[in-house]
Amino acid sequence: MFTLSGYEYFLGFLLLAGAVPLLALTASKLLRSPGGGPERRTTYESGMEPIGGAWIQFNIRYYMFALVFVVFDVETVFLYPWAVAFNQLGLLAFIEALIFIAILTVALVYAWRKGALEWS
Amino acid sequence: MSAGIDLKGSFIDSLSDLGLPPGAATALWIPLPITLMILSATVGLLVTVWLERKVSAAAQQRIGPEYAGPLGVLQPVADGLKLVFKESITPAKTDPWLFTLGPILVVIPVFLSFLIVPFGQNLAITDLNVGIFLWISLSSIAPIGLLMSGYASNNKYSLLGGLRAAAQSISYEIPLALSVLAVVMMSNSLSTIDIVEQQAGYGILGWNVWRQPVGFIIFWIAALAECERLPFDLPEAEEELVAGYQTEYSGMKFGLFYIGSYVNLVLSALIVAIIYLGGWESPLPVGSLANWLGVSETSSWLQVIAASLGIVMTVLKAYLLVFIAVLLRWTVPRVRIDQLLNLGWKFLLPVSLVNLLLTAALKLAFPFAFGG
Repeated sequence: MFTLSGYEYFLGFLLLAGAVPLLALTASKLLRSPGGGPERRTTYESGMEPIGGAWIQFNIRYYMFALVFVVFDVETVFLYPWAVAFNQLGLLAFIEALIFIAILTVALVYAWRKGALEWS
Repeated sequence: MSAGIDLKGSFIDSLSDLGLPPGAATALWIPLPITLMILSATVGLLVTVWLERKVSAAAQQRIGPEYAGPLGVLQPVADGLKLVFKESITPAKTDPWLFTLGPILVVIPVFLSFLIVPFGQNLAITDLNVGIFLWISLSSIAPIGLLMSGYASNNKYSLLGGLRAAAQSISYEIPLALSVLAVVMMSNSLSTIDIVEQQAGYGILGWNVWRQPVGFIIFWIAALAECERLPFDLPEAEEELVAGYQTEYSGMKFGLFYIGSYVNLVLSALIVAIIYLGGWESPLPVGSLANWLGVSETSSWLQVIAASLGIVMTVLKAYLLVFIAVLLRWTVPRVRIDQLLNLGWKFLLPVSLVNLLLTAALKLAFPFAFGG
């Protein structure tokens, strides 16, 4: 049967680590001063009245980086089992991984040439 | 290697002698190392804050904190207490739920990553077989929290800061993961304990930093970028973005970001020490030294000394790296966002791929030296 031995510690740690911010925020809530008037709750914009909100369309470039990231992150995840079992797999797996990385290098070169990695 | 001291086993045995069933004894044991680890992480955070202020002051020929306690060691405690008592303002235009959830989501994964930090062969909370991979996956949760708080603030500076933080950490995540991969390949395991044990036996000469010099430098640069330390602190570049995603935060919610970033720095330094600098191993091989002196490896006092030495070594190596990170902060100017992304995508990513393939090739050619 598939057991998750060792992960009971993960669960315990998750609960206790989750308690850290909760305790900090609760302690602060009990101890801090109640706070002032409505002027304090305005959005900061260098002392000016904010012009418009921030929930607007923003630069597409962030999406481009996120897309390239997904490609290479998935690649890395595929390479992890290969690296762990490398001493049992030997030369053939090395050549296969070489081909796999070569294909993704072509993708990187393509993204580079197309300007997906340019900021300006 | 001998079996060493077994704290968990003796704890459970002594409770079983008192008449508790072993299951209940194990359930009682589990919170103990975890609480200890969270407390040590918190102490580590306070020490780091103090070190940062003292070293920064020395770099600028100031004295730094000196009134709170001897040499100002209580200054971080005073800072923390001040933040607890501060008013916490939630601006009217924010999304209050996301605004609160953001800092919480930044802090939890950082603390949770301490699960995999070993301080000795038996001095780890648990030997997870996914080890270092768990850290990599947990470290990619924090940018979501940053993005969340940047967006929820409904402030232009915060939004830009949050987006920059996310772009930065995803750009450096891949070189980071690939350089860890080269180490994993040498030790044939993802477990942090196995990674350290693979470096054991030859003292300082056995450490991974000699076999993975390129990977070590890539990892260190990427770790600094993930921690948003100078020269990569663009998300909160104060001259451009006021304080980035933290602009609207005050009181304890701001404090949580502060805790998160410093604990993350300690954690990254610990991980570098574990995977490249031999973890709890001393620069001189203690095991062979004891054999040479004719002391049995199984004698209990030697094990206690070795375990304490292991903890001291791990912490010492980690704080040496923290010290270097603080010095770097006052040495290197901040990079621009396009330089940052160019460095990540056009330099570190290809170099780390080549490093990985080179490690694989060397492992095929020299299986003995590369953990065959």
